[in-house]
Amino acid sequence: MIPGVDGFMYPNEIELQWGLLIVLYPYITGLVAGAFILASLERVFKVEAVRPTYRLALLTALAFLLVAPLPLQLHLGHPERSMEMYLTPHTSSAMAMFGFVYLWYLTVVLLLEIWLDYRVDIVRMAQSTTGFMRLVYKALTLGSENVSPAARRIDDKVGYTVTVIGIPSAFLLHGYVGFIFGSIKANPWWSTPLMPIVFLFSAMTSGIAAVLLLYMASVKVKKIPIDMRCLDTIGKYLFYTFLIDFTLEMLDLVHRTYEADESFRSLDFMVHTRLMFSQIILQILLGTLVPLALLAANQLWKFSEAKRRVMYLTAALLTMVGIFAMRWNVVIGGQLFSKSFLGYTTYKVSFAAREGLFTAVGLMILPFVIFVVLVILLPPWPERSET
Amino acid sequence: MLHTAYRPEKEMGLRRIFTDSGHLVRPAVVLIAALGIFLIIRALVIPKAFGQYGHYRPAALMEIRQRPIVYAGQDQCVMCHDDEAKTRAAGKHAHVACEACHGPLASHANDPAAHVPKLPDVANLCRRCHEKDAAKPPGFPQVVTAEHSGGMTCNSCHQPHNPHL
Repeated sequence: MIPGVDGFMYPNEIELQWGLLIVLYPYITGLVAGAFILASLERVFKVEAVRPTYRLALLTALAFLLVAPLPLQLHLGHPERSMEMYLTPHTSSAMAMFGFVYLWYLTVVLLLEIWLDYRVDIVRMAQSTTGFMRLVYKALTLGSENVSPAARRIDDKVGYTVTVIGIPSAFLLHGYVGFIFGSIKANPWWSTPLMPIVFLFSAMTSGIAAVLLLYMASVKVKKIPIDMRCLDTIGKYLFYTFLIDFTLEMLDLVHRTYEADESFRSLDFMVHTRLMFSQIILQILLGTLVPLALLAANQLWKFSEAKRRVMYLTAALLTMVGIFAMRWNVVIGGQLFSKSFLGYTTYKVSFAAREGLFTAVGLMILPFVIFVVLVILLPPWPERSET
Repeated sequence: MLHTAYRPEKEMGLRRIFTDSGHLVRPAVVLIAALGIFLIIRALVIPKAFGQYGHYRPAALMEIRQRPIVYAGQDQCVMCHDDEAKTRAAGKHAHVACEACHGPLASHANDPAAHVPKLPDVANLCRRCHEKDAAKPPGFPQVVTAEHSGGMTCNSCHQPHNPHL
């Protein structure tokens, strides 16, 4: 018998084609979409309380968006050929079309919005800095130093429009990732029209949690007082989106259980054995119910500031773990069972391989490095603290 | 009253709107320039007539055609190896082509003396098809080679061209 295989597997199912890096791809993309939605709360829906995180959320989205295609590139045998996707795109390929959604979101939405919002600061720094940094800021001004009140008013209006366009774009970006999995009709674990919506809400949940953590961390590093009203509001939105996300996932579960089609017994067995830890314990218990309980408690009772801070921190951290487990269970879980529904295989993460743990950890650190560089280049604080 | 009064402040206002929104043209120019560069690169690197017959390079067909032929085809083999062909036709391997086991041998067919083919590595050759695998139809002859032969090569007992014992 082949080690790690129980029952009957078709020969091409024994080894998983999509590993840890493909788990990271929807996870990272989700953080982008989630962070952007949080930023748009302030801009479009006028939720003033989350204002301190507006720029932070935009920079988080950009840092993660730049890293989002890397796991895919590292998975490819010939990464240089991925560019063919842009040159000669095949309209029937979901992945090729995703390339354009990605580019649209990066250039027309995110970069433009950040540029418009930071223009005043960029111009100010282009005048106040010297040497190489001056050149960088000069280049970022794109040659225009007009920051008159009228120009800023226009920027604000255009920025608003860009955000309004950005919301459906962010939905599209992550809904699309869900679509890529949900549209694989040969795989009963993936094939459900709910997949894009579940992915979208889990993306919003993880993105909001990520910004909350980054906000708490940046406040700590900068030694500035934390805005509890802001934290409470983010906590509230995290609770709402997480609740919708959990409801959708439960709806999917109940639907599958009641429908009980020919794949059900096999999938049910898998959830109770191979996915027991990652799905039941990590995703549902620790990663969903505990943070939901913590966030719900904050909606019901009033806790002291210190307690709330610990509760939000714990909830956000567990949320991040829970959503990662969710991506893991979707991507890896979908490949552990045989399409004959008669057997199961095992996934073993390699360590220092191209698609191994080492690379994955590096890929998860990289957005934070980019984030720090972005924060140094475009500080999100001074202008806000002046106003 | 066809003429409206000349209002300098209105013209000034319009001009201000143009100067104050002038900077917005710049990212648009950057974007259009990037798009232009992309289109130029695309035009330069995409092979000529791409998509003429389908989503591929039509010249690829000609390139494939020009590659040297490596398989002789069993009609060629049978012309000389008549005995083996007869043995094979009588057994279960009747529909397995010569070069499926012996490898591509067009060079041998063209010049038999110059290119003498090597005998296949029997130990690995047979198990490629006959190793036990639950995915194979139950009627297909298959064995766990490690247990089946006790280290002996397959052709110690079986005759490859007609594999009855």
